[in-house]
Amino acid sequence: MLEWLIEEIFAKYNYWISITIMLIGFYAMIAKGNLIKKLIGLSIFQTAIFLFFISLADIGPTLRGTAPIVSEAMIHKGYVYVNPLPHVLILTAIVVSVATLAVALALVIRMYEEYGTIEEEEIIEKERELGV
Amino acid sequence: MILSVVEQFPVLVVVISLLSAFTILIAGWLNKKSCWFLSFSTILVQLVMSVFILNHVLTIGTIHYWLGGWAPPWGIEYVVDALNAYVLVILLSLALICVTYSKRSIAHELPHKIVPFYTVYQLLVTGLCGVVVTGDIFNMYVFVEIFSLSAYALIASRGKIALKASFTYLVLGSIGACFFLLGIGFLYSVTGTLNMHDLSVLLPPLYGNKVVLAAFGFFTVGLSIKMALFPLHTWLPDAHSFAPSEISAMLSGIIIEVSTYAFIRVCFSVYTVNFIKLLPIFDFLCWIAALGIIIGSVLAIAQYNLKRMLAYSSVSQMGYIMLAVGLSTSTHHALWGGLTPALMHILNHALMKGCLFLVAGAFIYKAELWNITDFKGLGRKMPYTCAAFTLAAISMIGVPPSVGFVSKLYIILASLEAGKFIFVAVMLLSTLLNLVYFWRVIEMMYMRREEREKESHSHPPANKNEIPLSMLIPVLTLASLCIIFGILWLTEIPIPILDQVNALFGLGRYAAP
Repeated sequence: MLEWLIEEIFAKYNYWISITIMLIGFYAMIAKGNLIKKLIGLSIFQTAIFLFFISLADIGPTLRGTAPIVSEAMIHKGYVYVNPLPHVLILTAIVVSVATLAVALALVIRMYEEYGTIEEEEIIEKERELGV
Repeated sequence: MILSVVEQFPVLVVVISLLSAFTILIAGWLNKKSCWFLSFSTILVQLVMSVFILNHVLTIGTIHYWLGGWAPPWGIEYVVDALNAYVLVILLSLALICVTYSKRSIAHELPHKIVPFYTVYQLLVTGLCGVVVTGDIFNMYVFVEIFSLSAYALIASRGKIALKASFTYLVLGSIGACFFLLGIGFLYSVTGTLNMHDLSVLLPPLYGNKVVLAAFGFFTVGLSIKMALFPLHTWLPDAHSFAPSEISAMLSGIIIEVSTYAFIRVCFSVYTVNFIKLLPIFDFLCWIAALGIIIGSVLAIAQYNLKRMLAYSSVSQMGYIMLAVGLSTSTHHALWGGLTPALMHILNHALMKGCLFLVAGAFIYKAELWNITDFKGLGRKMPYTCAAFTLAAISMIGVPPSVGFVSKLYIILASLEAGKFIFVAVMLLSTLLNLVYFWRVIEMMYMRREEREKESHSHPPANKNEIPLSMLIPVLTLASLCIIFGILWLTEIPIPILDQVNALFGLGRYAAP
């Protein structure tokens, strides 16, 4: 039992944390009626995936990871380079998520101007009143 | 590496489009009228390039373009084979037709938003082209997000109810894209590469690995949201019905098809046929698609709003494509084996649905007619538009020799060969349902007269009230292509293109015994 715990939970704690955060975000997107809260959920969901990617690049505490700048001196001192690719990917993905969030917030502002509320149910009710 | 001129085109298609988007924004400051012209000419140039690319791919072979000269798998690679080139030509043709149509229609519908409209439209085309030409899976994710973001903005451009539709699409689309990203992360964690070809080489020893299986699950669900496959289609009806009509045509004709292309690419280029055959994924997909076909059609019958009806019809048409994809691994005939029916229907659906949505836009442009019950006597007021609608509608029903007929014929033959007779029944039932909901519209346009006319019991000379020529030509072009391509498919002239795709993935008659 303890062995299983160590192997499946503690050794892979980064994955468990990112999955937990992801599900928190997912829950917020599904359960919350407030559009801003939904977007916060979306943001948490995306961030969890970013954390997952970043933790992939981690090489553990025993190896001394450093920035991937090629220099003979650092290699002789016993440093190991961290894979920079996940970080770069996530830099791109962060830009994408910021853009998504910006478009989404713009939509929410326009909806607030149009309907005077950002509660999903009230918006649906007002739509019904308009006869759609 | 010295490249011929045509081999530079894959990257130019994307770059020219991206630069043009910002040029339009700046030019729009100086002169609003230049926007349409810039957008039109850019897409025309892109289309010419894509035709050259298709020709090059068919005659010489696959194009590999290394961005910045970095060799894959380190650098990003653009790979264009028969599948990309074919989808690229369809995409840009429909984009060109929609932009021609939008000149008058956008000036009428969104007079204050002309500059942003064309800027975002050009970004949409950039994103779509990017997804199609790229050979790098992370690059594909970025382009998927570019076209999705442009699509959200374009759907919302009409304001009011469209905002809610766009928001729903945004939330669901983002979840889909995040799943896609997570799938990429899983594959990267086991292989350490993002290049699709490299992945397909490194993955086979890992096919039993749970991470690889989970990644496939994430790809499938993520892209199913983007392509509105049946149980995940909930964003589609609102988004399609409240967007400006040319965007509805693009959404239905190309955007969900490009997502399907991404799915086909992931299934056959990243994973391979051998992986698909290990698991009963495609059998499951066939059943989901069949359910989608029936339920989409039934829901379409229940709609009174024409664009909403067409949107539900898209759900059922996506079912056709996915059914054909699902059958692709179990058919071996030279004509209808492999991906041929699926790719054929991608083109056919773009033609038919493009035409139908543009006609729906024409009715809105002329008289704000949204509901089918308002179409009484339109057949005489707008004879050419209604004729185009009828041509596209009978294509959807599947009257020979239209494109719809050929698609249905090939899918039925494929399901017969696969020995799944239930799908033949599904196709026939769906034809019947198509007939019900399209005939209703045709009947309303031609066989009912307006109330006023009924009272007088006379036939007054019909006062024609056609849409402007710049809107009529795209509509009529698409409608006539519905028939021309139907005949072309029947003569089997374009089949060799699709045959090359099968050869590429080892499907159809190229399948290993």
